[in-house]
Amino acid sequence: MVMQEERTMEPQTTPGPATRGIVVQKLNAWYGPLQALRDVSLTILPNRVTSVIGPSGCGKSTFIRCLNRMHEVVPGARVQGKVLLDGEDIYAPGVDPVRVRRRVGMVFQRPNPFPTMSVFDNVAAGLRLNGLRRPGQMSDAVERALQQAALWDEVKDKLKQSGSALSGGQQQRLCIARALAVQPEVLLMDEPCSALDPVATSRIEDLVRALKERYTIVIVTHNMQQAARVSDMTAFLLMGDDRAGELIEYGQTRQMFTNPRDERTEAYITGRFG
Amino acid sequence: MPRADFDRHLRVLQDDLLVLGSMVEKAIAKALDALKRRDLEASRQLIQEDDVIDQQRFQLEEKCVELIATQQPMARDLRALIAILHISVELERMGDYAEGIGKISLMMGQEPPLKPLIDIPRMAERATDMLRRSLDALVNRDIVAATGVCNADDEVDALYDQVYRELLTYMIQDPKTIQRATYLLWVAHDLERVADRATNIAERVIFLVTGKMTEINVSRY
Repeated sequence: MVMQEERTMEPQTTPGPATRGIVVQKLNAWYGPLQALRDVSLTILPNRVTSVIGPSGCGKSTFIRCLNRMHEVVPGARVQGKVLLDGEDIYAPGVDPVRVRRRVGMVFQRPNPFPTMSVFDNVAAGLRLNGLRRPGQMSDAVERALQQAALWDEVKDKLKQSGSALSGGQQQRLCIARALAVQPEVLLMDEPCSALDPVATSRIEDLVRALKERYTIVIVTHNMQQAARVSDMTAFLLMGDDRAGELIEYGQTRQMFTNPRDERTEAYITGRFG
Repeated sequence: MPRADFDRHLRVLQDDLLVLGSMVEKAIAKALDALKRRDLEASRQLIQEDDVIDQQRFQLEEKCVELIATQQPMARDLRALIAILHISVELERMGDYAEGIGKISLMMGQEPPLKPLIDIPRMAERATDMLRRSLDALVNRDIVAATGVCNADDEVDALYDQVYRELLTYMIQDPKTIQRATYLLWVAHDLERVADRATNIAERVIFLVTGKMTEINVSRY
């Protein structure tokens, strides 16, 4: 693997030892007997947008699903290695995966608002699960999340309408609001714009740039221009001979897209394979 | 093969750039030839022909913009387009120097030449050679050859020094020669600039290959 900043696993912009952000050490993941990821090690910087790129099947989604213990939800799936969230290993014995997922939120490819719930209840759902009951507090928290997801102005008069009545782009921002409502530290986004039109995509991208002030963001994308536009750091994964994904290169986005170090990254981002 | 279409466009673009390069090379040769032979008609023609060089450069620029907009090139592809864009500007400016020499020739008019031209044609020869080598380095993506072009600039600078000293001696000895000596000094200056721009082209080749922007050999002028 090629590291662009020095020979250590941490780019120079890291604020001291890995107290914040996510440190991934020798992460391996399997689906039954099939290895999906091999020995992935990298440091995701706090308050930065990190994009994960690579051809289909290279383990991008598996990788981010390992960052909030969603991978193990699939029957037969397992993980080996360490994922330190602010210094704490999320795979250590005794760690509650539900708590991990509250700290590391996730947004998926297709907007998936709860179909039977209103806009308000969609955002409130996570808060209720986390035990927030007082109505005043609840509406404040819902408004805050919708504001942060840049959706409030569009839905403030239709909070009681069904979430699935919104447009695709609005639904995706509703899902982002739902994830933000529980005040996570990290937001994982798995191809959040692949089902959206260019205008809705551009709104999500603006939102991602704004959200990094408060959150650490990891975004999986097939759209290289999107990775180039929104992210500070880029990780390139590629599958090895046995189809297990490996980290080929990780570095600053501007460097990765103008002058990547590895020939395989070059070939991929210039569209010559993958 | 993926990106075959883009690769084809890039090859055509590079060929167009080489055409521009050879137009500029011919213009410089023509400018020197007209100057030596005191052929004012040839100088006038040369000045007009610079428009064709300008047009070729604009077409190249438009094609670069179109490829960036429609193909979204990345990494080496992007650097190739940016390099070609810059090189086309350098070449067009070199064409302007040839045109400038043509204008100087017209200003000199029918006055008898101050002296036989020896070092100035030599400067032109070296500068044109640098131009050719810089474009070869581009075609071959050869950074060693590109670095060689940058180092060759010292020779042109040395010749320029020599021309300057010689013309200064004329002017000191006989102030009546000042006008004609100044014209020749301008010609030498134009040729010195051609060589500098050839080093700029070579630096763009190094950028294309390595992604690094560096000034290899800073000209004394």
